[in-house]
Amino acid sequence: MSVVVPGKIHETLFDGKLQLAIYSSTGRLMDKRKTAVDSDVLPDYQELREQARLIKKHTLENLDWYLEQLESNVQAHGGKVVWCRDGGEVVDFLAGLAKEKQARLIVKSKSMTTEEIDLNERLEHHGMDAVETDLGEYIIQLAHERPYHIVAPALHKTRYDVADIFSRHLGIAGETVPENQTKIARGVLREKFLGADIGVSGANFLVADSGAIVLVENEGNARLTTTLPKIHVAVAGIEKLIPRAQDLAVFLKLLGRSATGQPLTVYTSMLSGPRRGSEIDGPDEFYVVLLDNGRSRLLADREKRESLYCIRCGACLNTCPVYRKIGGHSYPWVYSGPIGAIITPQYLGTTKDPWLPFASSLCGACAEVCPVKIDIPKLLLMLRSEVTRAKQREGQGRLEKLGFRLWAWMMQHPKLYEIAGMMASAVMPDAEDGWIRRVPAPMNQGPLRGWMSQRDLPPLPAKSFRQMWRTRKRQVPG
Amino acid sequence: MSRDHILHKVRTALGRSAGQAAAEPPAARLRVPEADIESRVRSLFRAVEALAGKTHRAASREDACRYAVSLLDGKAAVASNAAFLAECGIGSLAGVRSGFHDRDELKAACAAAALGITSADYALADTGTLVMISSAEEARMVSLLPPVHLAIMPKERILTGLDELLTLLPLPSEVSSSMVLITGPSRTADIEQILVRGVHGPGEIHVVVV
Repeated sequence: MSVVVPGKIHETLFDGKLQLAIYSSTGRLMDKRKTAVDSDVLPDYQELREQARLIKKHTLENLDWYLEQLESNVQAHGGKVVWCRDGGEVVDFLAGLAKEKQARLIVKSKSMTTEEIDLNERLEHHGMDAVETDLGEYIIQLAHERPYHIVAPALHKTRYDVADIFSRHLGIAGETVPENQTKIARGVLREKFLGADIGVSGANFLVADSGAIVLVENEGNARLTTTLPKIHVAVAGIEKLIPRAQDLAVFLKLLGRSATGQPLTVYTSMLSGPRRGSEIDGPDEFYVVLLDNGRSRLLADREKRESLYCIRCGACLNTCPVYRKIGGHSYPWVYSGPIGAIITPQYLGTTKDPWLPFASSLCGACAEVCPVKIDIPKLLLMLRSEVTRAKQREGQGRLEKLGFRLWAWMMQHPKLYEIAGMMASAVMPDAEDGWIRRVPAPMNQGPLRGWMSQRDLPPLPAKSFRQMWRTRKRQVPG
Repeated sequence: MSRDHILHKVRTALGRSAGQAAAEPPAARLRVPEADIESRVRSLFRAVEALAGKTHRAASREDACRYAVSLLDGKAAVASNAAFLAECGIGSLAGVRSGFHDRDELKAACAAAALGITSADYALADTGTLVMISSAEEARMVSLLPPVHLAIMPKERILTGLDELLTLLPLPSEVSSSMVLITGPSRTADIEQILVRGVHGPGEIHVVVV
């Protein structure tokens, strides 16, 4: 099938600086992960993966039960649960809450789920100021971009880019040392934290038996977001559930290691409800927003349901030869890399970006590093056939089908194959440096042109294997 | 309304009916190794130091208090209401404010302090982690707002790791609204993957075991 890819890919491929940034950052994360899951330091890594997968499978197969269990436990601890079908309902809820409490400033800790529903921009339209507080998220919010990577949102920005962004938006010019840049951000954001009315976080896990959310992070911004403002709202997809607090022993060991090679991230917060009785600090109000936004539809597909096992560690991005070349902004949605390639078509529709499941060599590196063992290549193949079937329904792909039929027929007739080979050899264009890089004028159009624009071909040898075989048979009798 | 809509869609997707109990989940997987206290202390210190944290083995409570004095060095500090800190005499040190029960007063004090002193409910030896459970004794902000965090704890509270913690406390939410695991100083690598400590939380952490 001919594949039309966005121009962003070409742009990224020819940006040497960006290529280096992606390559070195993902490489470093990949190395750290590899060291952290090595059998010397984590002998039961494979058992943990298997257990994590089993727990996710079980939870999703009984999701309604666990959602209700979570709800009643959150309520038992004095929290509230808000169910939202889509991003619009989340925005309506938050806007209503802010109005009721006369809140102006919202601090946010990193959450892919809120990125998914464009929460910040939509809150801005309601006259609210929502400030990202994770350093990487803060940088890209100032730059009006979306995350480049699930765990390292500003992976594509160099210190010089950050200096430009800070000088443009904060009026602090010429600071190019990352340590000082971090200090600047700490100062600016600390003021925001101390003055914020509402803290909005995501959730890495929802724990059903505890009515709790779990947040993992390294900076401390999620702790500040959930500690200082008097209202804490956690927005989470309904697939984030795990049954028991004890299951964290499995998931926390896998998440930090797979994401950044850390046995545990610096901070892990398990939060259940507002502050209680004699507790001195913490929020007075605690809301868990449960977001569907297409997840229940994915759940209905038995075969592809495992896409929802994902714990957003980003390991598949770091190891993916495609992500490492085309980068995070070439993908059509906030989720990039192999996991993005399988969930985006399922959320947004198979035919919206039909190239996506095809942008893979099916090398399997993603499945190998996935902490919950999602069979990403298998899912890509399923999505490919869905795209192809959809195209056929639209009457496309007839020529391609005919071409493959012709090819199959030829491959079944050796004589014909040989004649075709000889003909191809006769019309073969000249090689440059041992490769055919261009197809001459009359044939250089249609699908062949597109195909050749991405590829070089080795020239056909002077003698075919069959010819050599016949010569050899004559020389070496018997 | 959205609640029923979502639950209905989920049930339809799974072929389940309302109120249908879940099947038995896979058995929880917790492995608690044997380790004596001395090896726990060694392992904890090794892990904390690997994360650029400082450690001190205090021979007595007075010794722990002396360590706090050396860190104070005239700076403003906030100490939590932990009974163990009081036993060490931390609350009565010059420059140390303690005994907060009002959130706003605590917030102002922590925002201005150079040092936050807490105890810890537990520590996890294998990862170098402090376990902080929010209560009237331990507020969340003391280990969070000041740029330096000092934790002083008795050695008996050192567990082997996360599995032992969750065996001991299968439902942390029954005890408190907040349980935080702290593993090393606050850090980021968001700019060019260069490690910077102390981005939002404390950039320096000291663990003293008595």
